[in-house]
Amino acid sequence: MKKVIMGNHAVSYGVRASDVKVISAYPITPQTQVVELLSEMCADGEIDAKFIKVESEHSALTAVVGASAAGVRSFTATSAQGLLLMHEILHWAVGARLPIVLANINRAVGPPWSIWTDQNDSLSQRDVGWLQIYCESNQETQDTIVQAFKIAETVKLPVMLVLDAFFLSHTFEIVDILEAEQVRPFLPPYSTEVRVDVEDSHSFGNLASPDGYFELRYMIQKAMEQSREVVKEVDREFGEHFGRSYGLIQPYRCDDAETILVTSGTVASTTRAVIDQMRDEGIKIGSLKIRVFRPFPFEEVFEVLSGAKKVAVIDRNISFGHHGIFFQEVKSALYGRTDIPIIGFITGIGGRDVTPTVIREIADKAMGDESPEREINWIGVKR
Amino acid sequence: MFDYLTYVREGNFPHIWCSGCGHGIVLKSFIRAIDKLGIHRDEAVMVSGIGCSSRTAGYVDINTLHTTHGRAIAFATGVKFANPKLHVIVVTGDGDATAIGGNHYIHAARRNIDLTVLIYNNYIYGMTGGQVSPTTPRGARASTSPFGNIEPPFNISGLASAAGASFVARGDVYHAQKLEKLITQAIQKKGFSVVEVLSPCPTAYGRRNRMASPVTLMEWLRDNCIPVKKYEKMSEEERSGKIRTGVLIDIEKPEFTEEYRKLVDSMQVRG
Ligand SMILES: Cc1ncc(C[n+]2csc(CCOP(=O)(O)OP(=O)(O)O)c2C)c(N)n1
Ligand code: SF4
Repeated sequence: MKKVIMGNHAVSYGVRASDVKVISAYPITPQTQVVELLSEMCADGEIDAKFIKVESEHSALTAVVGASAAGVRSFTATSAQGLLLMHEILHWAVGARLPIVLANINRAVGPPWSIWTDQNDSLSQRDVGWLQIYCESNQETQDTIVQAFKIAETVKLPVMLVLDAFFLSHTFEIVDILEAEQVRPFLPPYSTEVRVDVEDSHSFGNLASPDGYFELRYMIQKAMEQSREVVKEVDREFGEHFGRSYGLIQPYRCDDAETILVTSGTVASTTRAVIDQMRDEGIKIGSLKIRVFRPFPFEEVFEVLSGAKKVAVIDRNISFGHHGIFFQEVKSALYGRTDIPIIGFITGIGGRDVTPTVIREIADKAMGDESPEREINWIGVKR
Repeated sequence: MFDYLTYVREGNFPHIWCSGCGHGIVLKSFIRAIDKLGIHRDEAVMVSGIGCSSRTAGYVDINTLHTTHGRAIAFATGVKFANPKLHVIVVTGDGDATAIGGNHYIHAARRNIDLTVLIYNNYIYGMTGGQVSPTTPRGARASTSPFGNIEPPFNISGLASAAGASFVARGDVYHAQKLEKLITQAIQKKGFSVVEVLSPCPTAYGRRNRMASPVTLMEWLRDNCIPVKKYEKMSEEERSGKIRTGVLIDIEKPEFTEEYRKLVDSMQVRG
């Protein structure tokens, strides 16, 4: 069945299709509709899940960790300040190897207070050990929730979906709605032997001496590395079932491109429109969307970018004292293997609109500019 | 006529509050209170969390810190500790103070630190669109309890009293003159002082609970808020559904920043 729904509700429908058993969340703009619809679905019996109302995001993720440790499929959603408040428990979920799925709606962090989009909330959690997938459309969002549970349960690591505030969370699009019966052959009900249980007890979160902690961390990294193949395999299988696949990355008109713009989230769609215009003008340019940010798709990114003469990375975030975060990652993917100039652009912070004009300015600057790659190019900042 | 605008950041207007929201009445009562107390704007600090209620700090032209959801009291504790001469006033909502910030609330009361806390109780998370809060009455509807709330609510004033606050009062926005007096007393009191203000939210609470009209909500406050003295004379039956307002607790006990100073002084004498 097809429906016109908002991005936030695409998350809710993805959860509905995934036989989730426990949901817990705390309201925060622009995430609120995700859990409002889920709480209605729970109340109406449309999904057989328990909805736990809590007193903060810290408690929300903690309750979900508890549910997951008890062996059931669990979900939460949040945004900005809420995600930051979850930070301690984000680590906990990884250390305990719990396959939780979380949707984060990218929102700028305060102060000053802002409800509009940028990526600093999710990207400041990049080193906690959650997989991170940046979505671009409502269909992709719903489908990625379903994929995320399968990936998480296979590699025993939690997965975070990331959506741009308003540009994705509040935009209405047609979505082919997935039903649980349809999804079950792809994503069977969750069961795990490692759980707290009256008949077969397990313990989570015990003390580890220097003799053992190191190895547990090593295993998390191994699981992350393994997850790269798992994400691809799950995506391929999803394609077989439902006819839609999304990849770790999405190159667009890159084959003979001399310049490639690297993007993420909704900026990717705007960029494609600009690429088309420029191609019409005879300019050899393409774009590369990075969908899966953790684990970072080093090989795939290298393969696409190594054919270009110049790479421009568009970041809607900033690592203060360093550079845009996607820029850092792309640079490390190419390090020592090519001498292609990589130019970093920061734009759209705090929800400032990234229009086709902005993208065109970036593209023109990247093509004309021979400036040292270390320099940050701020686009649209009032000085 | 009283000139409110001298205490207001006009540049931040229009305000975000819906028409019929009670929060503006609390703002005005607060302004009258500090004006009558003759507190200079540089001596007062307003610290707020996040929510429609907390937005008050954006509009008052005194020192302000508009902080994070639930943490206003923790920020305010730092401010008061650094400079105990300041009048530190916290404005917060029922969600801000007793859900996400509940821990700070009870511990500040326990320490009896000299803060004045104005809690705008509208029984709901107004700003995020009407989810259940810890003060939502049993059976009331919210966006996260479409069939009625099953959780028992907190009594905000009772919580502060039990945790050790030295001044606790409850007021409402229908009885605005009285509210001003309660705020004045709370600011004057040395110690942790709370004024729980019943401030209706027609948009997120009223509409879901057959009280969509701000007038109905105001009439409800008029008919159900009963001054302490009168309440005490009422029978158990008459008290049903009524809310006790006025000063509920007013006791003398050691204040935290003073105790701290005394301890430091005594150590220095010994040293
Ligand atoms: C850490 C965090 N979580 C959630 C939010 C979203 N949020 C903003 S205001 C609010 C509730 C406010 O309710 P209340 O304190 O009762 O004030 P009211 O709006 O009703 O006056 C919430 C949940 C936030 N800003 N920060
Ligand atoms: S939503 Fe409710 S609390 Fe917020 S401004 Fe409107 S009436 Fe007031």
